[in-house]
Amino acid sequence: LSRRLFAQSGRLLSLAASQRRPMTSSNASSQEPGDTLAIDDDFDPDLLPLGDIRRYPNHRPLDCGQRAFLAVGSGVACLAAPWRDDMISAFGETTGEWALRRLRDDMLANEEGRRILAERPRIRTVEGGGSIDLEALRRLPEGSLGRAYADFLDRYGYSPDHRRTVCFVDDPELAYVMQRYREIHDLNHVLLGQGTDFLGEVVVKWFEAFQTGLPMCVTGAFLGSLRLRPKQTRRYLQEGGYLAYALRTGSDADLTINYYFERNWHQPLAEVRQQLRIEEPPNLK
Amino acid sequence: FIPKMQCRQLLRCISRSPATSSSSCFGVARRQVHQPGGFDTSFGFEEVEPGQKQDRVNQVFNPVSNSYDVMNDLMSAGLHRCWKRRFVASANPRPGWRVVDVAGGTGDIALGLLEWSRKLPGRAPPPVRVAPGDGSVDSFREAAERQTAAAEAEAPASCTVSVVDPSPSMMQVGSAKASAKGSTFASSIQWLEGRAESLPLDEASSDLYTIAFGMRNCTDLPGVLREAHRVLKPYGRFACLEFCSVENPLLSILYDEYSFRVIPPMGLLVAGDWDSYEYLVESIRRFPHQTLFANMMREAGFSAVNYEVLWPGVCCIHSGYKLPSV
Repeated sequence: LSRRLFAQSGRLLSLAASQRRPMTSSNASSQEPGDTLAIDDDFDPDLLPLGDIRRYPNHRPLDCGQRAFLAVGSGVACLAAPWRDDMISAFGETTGEWALRRLRDDMLANEEGRRILAERPRIRTVEGGGSIDLEALRRLPEGSLGRAYADFLDRYGYSPDHRRTVCFVDDPELAYVMQRYREIHDLNHVLLGQGTDFLGEVVVKWFEAFQTGLPMCVTGAFLGSLRLRPKQTRRYLQEGGYLAYALRTGSDADLTINYYFERNWHQPLAEVRQQLRIEEPPNLK
Repeated sequence: FIPKMQCRQLLRCISRSPATSSSSCFGVARRQVHQPGGFDTSFGFEEVEPGQKQDRVNQVFNPVSNSYDVMNDLMSAGLHRCWKRRFVASANPRPGWRVVDVAGGTGDIALGLLEWSRKLPGRAPPPVRVAPGDGSVDSFREAAERQTAAAEAEAPASCTVSVVDPSPSMMQVGSAKASAKGSTFASSIQWLEGRAESLPLDEASSDLYTIAFGMRNCTDLPGVLREAHRVLKPYGRFACLEFCSVENPLLSILYDEYSFRVIPPMGLLVAGDWDSYEYLVESIRRFPHQTLFANMMREAGFSAVNYEVLWPGVCCIHSGYKLPSV
């Protein structure tokens, strides 16, 4: 309602403004000192968009009340049903504004991160509109980043196209940062050497919580670790266990979101870990 | 205050994974390209070809069928039950009537109609005829009891309902509910797949035609009304419960804000589908005004057309009778 009223008043103001004398070269000399507004003759007030302005495809603008409602509701739904990935996505997007801004600034400070923000590469298969050729990745030598990623996807039956598109973030650049974070998640699994069982997810969530500061990661890491089974909890909490590893690596490592994965599939995984200052994962199984 | 069963149903809906067909709602562009040449019907606020609308409606209703009832409770804060009960009361189906319930997928109205007609007395038993000769009180009483029992055994216990719905998954939910209520209910309901514009029923076969919250999903309103007129017997009754234009300006503002701002996110949380519920609230706005719809009913041949607005003013019941053609 308020957005509609605002747009209407904007229309009226522009209509009033268009009544003024347009500035042409003939009357430029007779211009009074106070009259410095340049009037655009081509401006058509009927083309002002009324209603919600969508700033990128699949954008769903939310107002304050809707955002709060979805944030709380999706948080509850995430706890009640953690397998609902649309609720996890919604929770991350509605609560992540501040953290995404900080993350975007960190990306801008880094040279490769700035290149990623400029080029906006997407980790999707060629059929899905991206540049990943899974067959080519499977043919890469054993121990390379691309081969490890392809093996990870094959082992769990995932595809990079399964990730949902961001829709509740208003700024397109922040929406891209959120999308990039989501697409990096599987690669974080590969870099940390974790599987997709509950313990592996908690470890990756801790790592991402340190790196991105997203509320979804922080709450996921905390509350997820409460739901671990006893054997997993032991491995998690012991000296040199997974929790210590996650906290250490999370705080020491470089931002994985700044790494241009698409250009480095051939790099050996060990070298990539060394470059990003990620420790080798503990082998406690 | 909120019954425990509804809370459990709500939690069950939230915990259900979103249907695969609705997961595309996040990635599908909303605005469709305008097809030149055909006249367009409204699909919510998008304009689509008439042929596509039924497929789109099915796409909307097939995934939401499991959580439809829970969402109805949430969206109307339980008011829809009062409206439907009032609708059944005003339709007043007598035992023995044949009722056709269109777009009644999940069976709310069908079950309500059956329950209502079961509580009504059937045809009045015929007057007791006593054999001549034995004029004693006992023999009269015995004869009366015998004849009443025989008459009641013949008289039907309730009406029979034929539910017509284009969405098989909605009817599956409905038939599960009917079987849960008992075999008497399940055996009195017939589930037919079909559209309101071409009902799979014979001419003049029904005493009562009901449609609750389904008229706004129909492509061709005059066609639906003509079909209803065809299927009704002479002196048969047409009853339609539908959302209407809100007259009260304050309520209208609150209602708009609630519909457009609250209902789609609620649909996302409970049913995992934002687009379907946005379509639902938009289709309500595009439905004709209650007086215009009453005129359409008169043009289709109904007499004594009337509408009754239910509290708080967001929906109304249109009713009309089919008079025998002279």
